Amino acid sequence: MAVGEEHRGAAGPSLGARLVDGVRRFFDGDIWYSFTRSPVVMVSAAVTVLFIASAVFAPLVAPYDPFDLASIDLLDSSLPPIWMDGGDPRFLLGTDAQGRDMLSAVIYGARISLGVGFASVVFAMLLGISLGLLSGYLGGTVDAVIMRIADVQLTFPAILIALLIDGLARTVLPRDLHGQVWFYVLVLAIGLSFWVQYARTVRGSAMVERSKEYVQAARVIGIPPLVIMLRHVLPNVMGPVLVIATINLAIAVITEATLSFLGVGVPATSPSLGTLVRVGNDFLFSGEWWITIFPGAALAILVLAVNLLGDWLRDALNPKLR
Amino acid sequence: MIAFVVRRLLQSILVLLAVGFIAFSLFTYVGDPINNMVGQDTTLAQRAELRERLGLDDPFVVQYGRFLLNAAQGDFGISYRHRRPVAQLIAERVPATLELSLVAAALALFIGVPMGVYTGLHRRGFLSQVFLALSLIGISLPTFLIGILLILVFGVLSQDINAAIGFHLVPQLPTFGRGDTVQLGWWSTGFLTESGLLALILPSITLALFQMTLIMRLVRSEMLEVLRTDYIKFARARGLSNRAVNFGHALKNTLVPVITITGLQLGSIIAFALITEQVFQWPGMGLLFIQAISEVDIPVMAAYLMLVGFFFVVINLVVDLLYYVVDPRLRADKAVAAGHQ
Repeated sequence: MAVGEEHRGAAGPSLGARLVDGVRRFFDGDIWYSFTRSPVVMVSAAVTVLFIASAVFAPLVAPYDPFDLASIDLLDSSLPPIWMDGGDPRFLLGTDAQGRDMLSAVIYGARISLGVGFASVVFAMLLGISLGLLSGYLGGTVDAVIMRIADVQLTFPAILIALLIDGLARTVLPRDLHGQVWFYVLVLAIGLSFWVQYARTVRGSAMVERSKEYVQAARVIGIPPLVIMLRHVLPNVMGPVLVIATINLAIAVITEATLSFLGVGVPATSPSLGTLVRVGNDFLFSGEWWITIFPGAALAILVLAVNLLGDWLRDALNPKLR
Repeated sequence: MIAFVVRRLLQSILVLLAVGFIAFSLFTYVGDPINNMVGQDTTLAQRAELRERLGLDDPFVVQYGRFLLNAAQGDFGISYRHRRPVAQLIAERVPATLELSLVAAALALFIGVPMGVYTGLHRRGFLSQVFLALSLIGISLPTFLIGILLILVFGVLSQDINAAIGFHLVPQLPTFGRGDTVQLGWWSTGFLTESGLLALILPSITLALFQMTLIMRLVRSEMLEVLRTDYIKFARARGLSNRAVNFGHALKNTLVPVITITGLQLGSIIAFALITEQVFQWPGMGLLFIQAISEVDIPVMAAYLMLVGFFFVVINLVVDLLYYVVDPRLRADKAVAAGHQ
């Protein structure tokens, strides 16, 4: 996604050729260069990929299935990590109060955290981009209404909005129904609290692009507005959107963890990292710190890595900062 | 100016009406209020009579109006769980939240601004790099994790750590509740007792850390921006001392956005206080709200919603008006500044 690629929307070579061309240009380009020059960024990329891979392949990677009641033995409960006295070689990071392997719990927890995080970022992105494009390209009343709503929402912190939506859903939905749809509720709650940033960014760029000649040319030859928006304007406003999405993934994961920690997010039957921290928190004072610290550390490392990637991407895509 | 003020006022009122509408719908459509008040052996006739007496048969608009009127007078009904007026419950909890938030805001401001100035002036200094790295960690650690880590170090492991290193380095600090409080009229304060002050330390640090990193980064980028401008070059050309240029010219000009954004942040401090209160079992409004959610205590939820909405609207209104008064140039930028998270 190089900066200044203005004529992408115009008819050109076939998709395959363009893809090959794009890949080649990517490895020749500034972004790849700045990537290979920064060890911190490469490490964070590696950590992020590791997390995502182990989340996707959790059933293969994790030593045990923490949801399989048959594999859990209460006699193994509250074992410390193997490097401490009383550690069991079967459980690298120890076990929780039910005898669940902490390493497996963390891997499956990261799977749920990342799943909710990705889904809410995608949802917020789709919503924000659509509203931003409409707002920026159409202008007028549509623009005024959407941006007023955005203004109002910006005055409230995202975490509070997510908490309210999740709390409302919890009170409105019957308990057993909520047990099934908690994933969608969370994605909705987190996604709805983050769309404004995308909408504002896309709207700003779309307003700039709208007055450019290539859009006017497209309009003159009779391409319908929807096609212009999606095929001509959208590709040119995607750069900043990708940066926001990366940083938002970190924030979405934190928000999900916070909601779960407060006891309103992911239910304890399929714990995310935040739920694990909340459950483990009860054992902190009895000295079983590993039940809460390992999920917490995993969360912090994941968020830090994604944040570093996002920071780097923002700088790399913005030539003004170099 | 007057048109601007009127427009902003109208917008604020609209927002409050919308928040009130959500709170009211919660009341009306979630469960049956009558069921929450009467016992099982109440006859249908008695229920109908109660419904009539409470005005639950009235048209929607009438009920909504009555709800708003009551809320404006501080009457939010009776908590389902505590069986006491919600206004009373909240009034008891407000001092705890506000004291915690104020201490945290002060910490964030008085540590964050100097750190930001330092990192702005010494861009490539070693200490600056350390501060920036720390700030990234501060942003990446969720608030509740910071709190848990502090509890672990200063509450659970402090004696072990001291024993391991051989001298008293890590103090044992309270990790639970507010300590002793003193009643001043209806306001209960923890500022006047030793245990109250000690109990404030860990929660306020937890709450302040995120805002501190935010303020530091903001001051830093503002300083970098201002230091590039022509009038700074001119001031240096005039032979002014570094001190006069840095603090007299540069810092002064960065402070306008910093002050206004800190004002806006006061709102998010109160929102984040909710998390800190849960970690430290701090008896504030946030804890009340979290408990209300898990117990489906709708009057408390509605009241918190209205109160927080009102609070944010007022803060934003004041900040907006300040923008207008202080520096018209900023009006276009403020949305970007408020757009974090």
